[in-house]
Amino acid sequence: MASYAARRRYSTFIMGLCLTATGIGVVWLFLILFSLLVNGIPGLTFAVFTEMTPPPGEHGGGLLNAIFGSLLMTIIGVGIGAPIGILAGTYLAEYGRHSKITPVIRFINDILLSAPSIIIGLFVYGAVVVPMRSFSAVAGSIALAVIVIPVVVRTTEDMLLLVPNTLREAASALGLPRSFVIRRVAYRAARAGLITGVLLAVARVGGETAPLLFTVLSNQFWSVNLVKPMANLPVTINNFINNPDANWKQLAWTGALLITAAVLSLNITARFFGASKDGR
Amino acid sequence: MTTISESSKKLDMALSKDRARVLKSLVLSDKLFSFATRAAAYAVLVLLAGIIISLIIGAWPAMKAFGFEFLVTRRWAPQLEPEPVLGALAPIYGTLVSSFIAMLIAVPFGLGIAIFLTELCPHSIRRPIRLSIELLAGIPSIIYGMWGFFVLGPFLANYIEPSIVAAVANIPVLNSIFSGEMVSNLSLFNASLILAIMILPFITAIAVDVFSTVPPVLKEAAYGIGCTTWEVVNNVVLPFTRVGVVGGVMLALGRALGETMAVTFIIGNSFKISGSIFAPSTTISAAIASEFAESEGLHQSALILLGLLLFVLTFIVLASARFMLMRLEKRAGA
Repeated sequence: MASYAARRRYSTFIMGLCLTATGIGVVWLFLILFSLLVNGIPGLTFAVFTEMTPPPGEHGGGLLNAIFGSLLMTIIGVGIGAPIGILAGTYLAEYGRHSKITPVIRFINDILLSAPSIIIGLFVYGAVVVPMRSFSAVAGSIALAVIVIPVVVRTTEDMLLLVPNTLREAASALGLPRSFVIRRVAYRAARAGLITGVLLAVARVGGETAPLLFTVLSNQFWSVNLVKPMANLPVTINNFINNPDANWKQLAWTGALLITAAVLSLNITARFFGASKDGR
Repeated sequence: MTTISESSKKLDMALSKDRARVLKSLVLSDKLFSFATRAAAYAVLVLLAGIIISLIIGAWPAMKAFGFEFLVTRRWAPQLEPEPVLGALAPIYGTLVSSFIAMLIAVPFGLGIAIFLTELCPHSIRRPIRLSIELLAGIPSIIYGMWGFFVLGPFLANYIEPSIVAAVANIPVLNSIFSGEMVSNLSLFNASLILAIMILPFITAIAVDVFSTVPPVLKEAAYGIGCTTWEVVNNVVLPFTRVGVVGGVMLALGRALGETMAVTFIIGNSFKISGSIFAPSTTISAAIASEFAESEGLHQSALILLGLLLFVLTFIVLASARFMLMRLEKRAGA
């Protein structure tokens, strides 16, 4: 056996590698944020929020229609997905806690949680776009909802399982029906966690591009028609960035900066919600 | 006296009527709520079935036209007259190789970071480090694509890859893997590196979680008989958590296989199988993302069939990952 000093040296060497790995792992976030800031800030004018996407070859213009479309589709997507997710999570944690189907649903949900988002796009294309015979904002919202559901199911179930059973028993002992026990007691106790889950879901779909590519397409103009293609930030970035037009490229970087800022701040907010819950 | 007792009797009756009504409505809303939660839970199953069925329906024409040949054909010529020739071999190759290289890079880094965080790191900086790595998971895929295309790709192609090519130029095998004929911003290796950065937070997060399930007593016992930090990690922590680590790695692999936008930007979308990892390539998801919107007929069906293959592949990987993580949970619970 090697001497103690040699073993110590070997251990220090490996731990040095671990430290290096951590150093290298940490820099990426800052490198990416740095590039976004350097390329995005020059284009960050007031016009970005007040003007429509410009045609190629023109100066000026903004991203108003794209920002609006993204917000609208995210709201609709989360509006559909979050209630379904919360109800399904409630079933897994409350009514179906000992049911045989629960592990199966949980397993399938976990798979959907990590399923490639482009597959969701293909699914919605086949299930919504083809029957409707048009790319539409509705189809995009449904695609986002499909992504939201597993995220919310997972967090809802986890958070409800953390609620102590004594709370439920006390409420039941007062004669409250089961649904009231869940809605008035369990939901309230798990509120911070449930909000965290929904915020994380918003952050997850906020930058999703792949499922929107062939469900909403995009739109150069202002549109509020839900059954027609609608402008949205990710697909606009995708279309603008690969274009030689300098103005478009600048708008794409600025849009990317906006999306990243929004998504990361949502992520951090969600963490704070979750952390304040742990602290109690 | 009588009036009081009579009115109280009336009141009682009214109350019990009210009570019955209230109870009835309670029972109704109770049932409705219970039904709604059950329906939503089954909706998750319906969703999975819907995805599989819609993919199979969409892929059916291509399955009929190409059959098993689809899997082994290298050529991808959707515009060919009279009949397009479409084979999945190139995108399947690109998907598997890019994910494999990404895992090769990300797994050691992820485990190293997790070891640092659980064994060495002072408490005060643990959270900021975890945060800055886990936030990587929050950055949208398209941002990685842009960054890889405009920043990382040119940097690698100008400064790193030519020197690797030069270094291995006279070593057989290696000089064809790292062939320098086509060093450009767009390559299989660049895509793999971006993938590695993207899956790093998943590996790290799960590894930290499973490492912290090791009972402190075990580690203390090992330290007590004079083990060094590395010996504790290698002989106690890793064997104890092996199943969980493998599960986490598989989960990350599932992500890497299906990653779309980032790869689409930087892999070059070329349906050629090249021995060199510095050559452009394509993956299943990149092929779908870049061609689907303009495709029709058999071409579109073939793309959906590619999607079905990808879904089956990720399903198998993710399912085995979950099985492993479930096994670990069971043991931790017991």
